[in-house]
Amino acid sequence: MAEITEVPSPFCGIGTDDLCIQVDGVSLKVVENGCAVNTPAFEQAITDTRPRVDGKDVSLDEAVARAAALLKNTNQPVIGGCATDVNGMRALLALADRSGAVVDNMNFTGARNNFLALQDSGWMNTTLAEVKNRCDLLLVVGVDLESFSPRFFERYLWNEESMFLDDTGKREVIYLGKTPSGNASTSPSGQKAQVFECANEDLPDVVAVLRALVKGNPIRVDSVGGIAVVDLQGIADKLKAASYSVVTWAAGALAYSQAELTVQTISEMVKDINNQNTRSSGLPLGGKEGDQTANQVCGWTTGYPARTRFSSGYPEYDPYLNDTNALLANGEADALVWVQAFNAKAVPPVTTLPTIVVGRSGMTFAKEPDVFIPVGTPGIDHAGHAYRMDNVVAIRLKKLRESALPSTFDVLNAIEQAL
Amino acid sequence: MLIKLTGGAVYDPASGIDGAKQDIYIQDGRIVNKPVGDFKVDKEYDLNGKVVMSGAIDMHTHIGGGKGNIARTLLPEDHRQDPVHRTDICRSGCGHAMPSTFVTGYRYAEMGYTAGFEPAVLPINARQAHMEMADIPILDKGGYVLMGSDDYLLRMLTAKKDQKAINDYVAFTMQAAKAIGVKVVNPGGISAFKFNQRKLDLDEQNSHYGVTPREILRVLATAVKELGITHPLHVHGCNLGVPGNMNTTLDTIQGIGGLPMHLTHIQFHSYGTEGDFKFSSGAAQIAEAVNLNKNITIDVGQILFGQTVTASGDNMRQHANHKHASPNKWVTMDIECDAGCGVVPFKYKDQNFVNALQWAIGLETFLLVDDPWRIFLTTDHPNGAPFTSYPHLIRLLMDRSFRNDVLATIHPEAQKMTTLASIEREYSLQEIAIMTRAGAARLIGLQDRGALSAGNWADITVYTDNADRQLMFEKPDYVFKDGELVVVDGKVVHTKWGTTHVVKPDFDASVEKDLQKYFDRFLTMKLGNFKISDDEITEDGRGSLTVHPLKGTVA
Repeated sequence: MAEITEVPSPFCGIGTDDLCIQVDGVSLKVVENGCAVNTPAFEQAITDTRPRVDGKDVSLDEAVARAAALLKNTNQPVIGGCATDVNGMRALLALADRSGAVVDNMNFTGARNNFLALQDSGWMNTTLAEVKNRCDLLLVVGVDLESFSPRFFERYLWNEESMFLDDTGKREVIYLGKTPSGNASTSPSGQKAQVFECANEDLPDVVAVLRALVKGNPIRVDSVGGIAVVDLQGIADKLKAASYSVVTWAAGALAYSQAELTVQTISEMVKDINNQNTRSSGLPLGGKEGDQTANQVCGWTTGYPARTRFSSGYPEYDPYLNDTNALLANGEADALVWVQAFNAKAVPPVTTLPTIVVGRSGMTFAKEPDVFIPVGTPGIDHAGHAYRMDNVVAIRLKKLRESALPSTFDVLNAIEQAL
Repeated sequence: MLIKLTGGAVYDPASGIDGAKQDIYIQDGRIVNKPVGDFKVDKEYDLNGKVVMSGAIDMHTHIGGGKGNIARTLLPEDHRQDPVHRTDICRSGCGHAMPSTFVTGYRYAEMGYTAGFEPAVLPINARQAHMEMADIPILDKGGYVLMGSDDYLLRMLTAKKDQKAINDYVAFTMQAAKAIGVKVVNPGGISAFKFNQRKLDLDEQNSHYGVTPREILRVLATAVKELGITHPLHVHGCNLGVPGNMNTTLDTIQGIGGLPMHLTHIQFHSYGTEGDFKFSSGAAQIAEAVNLNKNITIDVGQILFGQTVTASGDNMRQHANHKHASPNKWVTMDIECDAGCGVVPFKYKDQNFVNALQWAIGLETFLLVDDPWRIFLTTDHPNGAPFTSYPHLIRLLMDRSFRNDVLATIHPEAQKMTTLASIEREYSLQEIAIMTRAGAARLIGLQDRGALSAGNWADITVYTDNADRQLMFEKPDYVFKDGELVVVDGKVVHTKWGTTHVVKPDFDASVEKDLQKYFDRFLTMKLGNFKISDDEITEDGRGSLTVHPLKGTVA
């Protein structure tokens, strides 16, 4: 039995890298600094180790050959999921380039809210160490932060020391939209977060009014989405008075039509605050299951985020038309490759098309795919790299055990070579 | 395999050869002397009438790291103008302002370049820089690690730590980030912006640390010198783009007290305040200072007209410059108590007075600095223009009548404010070879690159001599990388992977004790997880590390 310390996690998105994990053969136990997201993700047992074709155990070579044969006869394959490490994404994009596939990260419909805003007007953002040391006011918009990232507050807000704040316990936390599910946002001295709840679909109005108040524009109603305008004025005043406020949101939690406009309003509001003689930054949450990794690697390989097709022989980005679910629903695809090395529960959409799954060991399917190749999990079964939510920091994932499971890179590279 | 390049006119400034007809032999990736006795040439290229230079080296080009990827993500409409198809040899991708990694490698090689150096590797983002560069085929690469606004250094300066302690920290950071040089961007200013300072002059204090840019420059330049790093401190100075900043630049040159210093994209730091528009050229004064101060090297950061995107670590100045964003969208980031970045799309217009004068200031600088060993050809890709515009820039430098023809088309007030028309100088092929090859290799400290004598790696570019220098430099006949033929007639015919150039200066291991405490108290990562290991570069079987000697250790 061995104990491995300083283990980084690719699961929580906030780059925790202080886990201590006990390794006993192929079973893992998080003994220090686990959380509701990371502990089960690390501890999940290996069940499948053999690839399957048509439900029958086969060798890896046979499974790869069958996958290549299936792809050879397709006109428009789709590679969905795209949840893996940097090297896995490299092989995935090489395979897509060769086979003329569509590449679509499974979290893209959420992330699209950010990309559309970014590509239309941009933003001023920050990263976790700046939050940890500078943030004196955290505004959380439309997300239950602690269920998204259980250790966010412990690691980045209620840290004992910070370089630029005398007392981190005096930071203020304001929730706009969602009420927090627990007490993680309560300061160590017992100061509770202020909460202004509204329905998701009222967030566009609420955020628009908040931005208007930040800019000093007159508002002629008394309340919006059930929140009193005087309360929003209070938030606006605090944002302007803070030295370094941070406004955070999760694109995927803004689950309503045209939520990119909410992201844009938030981001433009942050810019407005920076024009009023103080500093403020945005902090988009994400980074789970390789979503930032997929977008980063696809970004440098193609110029575009991970909803891009290669069917014309060159990359073409379309945040709507290249959606896996839309392509399947419209009969525009003729094969599905599903790549998900992190989460055994994230199974492919059910389809009658030929389906190849390169997935974490332990996936169970409503309909057995034509080919299933269980792969190792980056950061457990092999070393690798994954991006944190703040997109700047790539964490170096460690290999924790000898499982003999191949990596996503090994499998996708073999399929590409077999084409 | 023995390859013979027969009868080309060789321009190899490192060996003092200026256009002499000379044969070159290549074996096992390197240039060798003509074998003695009987020998069989496996492949011969008749280069009569051709021009032979070593592969070009871009010593300052933003080809790896987060801000470049933000720039890519920001500009899908730019990529759509320049889709790049997959071929049997090459991967697909996109081109124009901020090309995809694969296309970056192909297009550099297709212009005869065989190496590029990313000048702004943030320590905390160094993994990304190396991962992106690992996906750039053909080229060798390397990076200068960005320091000077990192809170650890600023805390050291406030605490009056001695130079030895700073040297140890610099050496540690270079090794952790796998760098070959050290860069500073708006010294202390990136940090100051996080404290809501919107400008920081050379002698202005960071409001929290009480430290001035001048002090930061001096301790970092001293560290680089004392550690024996060949590449001088690479400086993006204060006040980028601000009219009147030529005085800051002149003061920076004086203030460094004779220490080696490289001033990058100096065009953006050479502005006066004369004339009706309170914007004028400071190129003559800057060039004079460079000519007088032999410790100073510069690259120009030439702007060329058209759409591009600016990507810089200088979040303070980029925030100020966002008013000029075209299209109107932009990003700034504060990064990890380490650095920052700002990405602002720009469209430089020849009928815009300021842009037109910027163009002229860059060219004046090229033409007024006497010593081609101390000036380097850059557009600060993609900030002044995409690197693909280099052949056009070379023509502007080598062809006075062409230059004056273009000058006659720019904003008329800008024409009145530049001395360009009166400058007769035309760069020679040898001077181009110095700026883009021999000088660059010497400045960075690359052993066995940038020269054509025996023992050097066979990075070789062959051009057809052409009075139209743009056509000539756009389309080399042949490019060899490590002795392998990678380009024929300006098209990639074969790809391979280049190496990553680094230095490994020594440091006292005890520096990690304090750093570990600092990381645990204030940062978001364990020190052990921060350091990039060698196998991160090499484990994919494509990458390799080439460690270059420090000064005083060269045989």
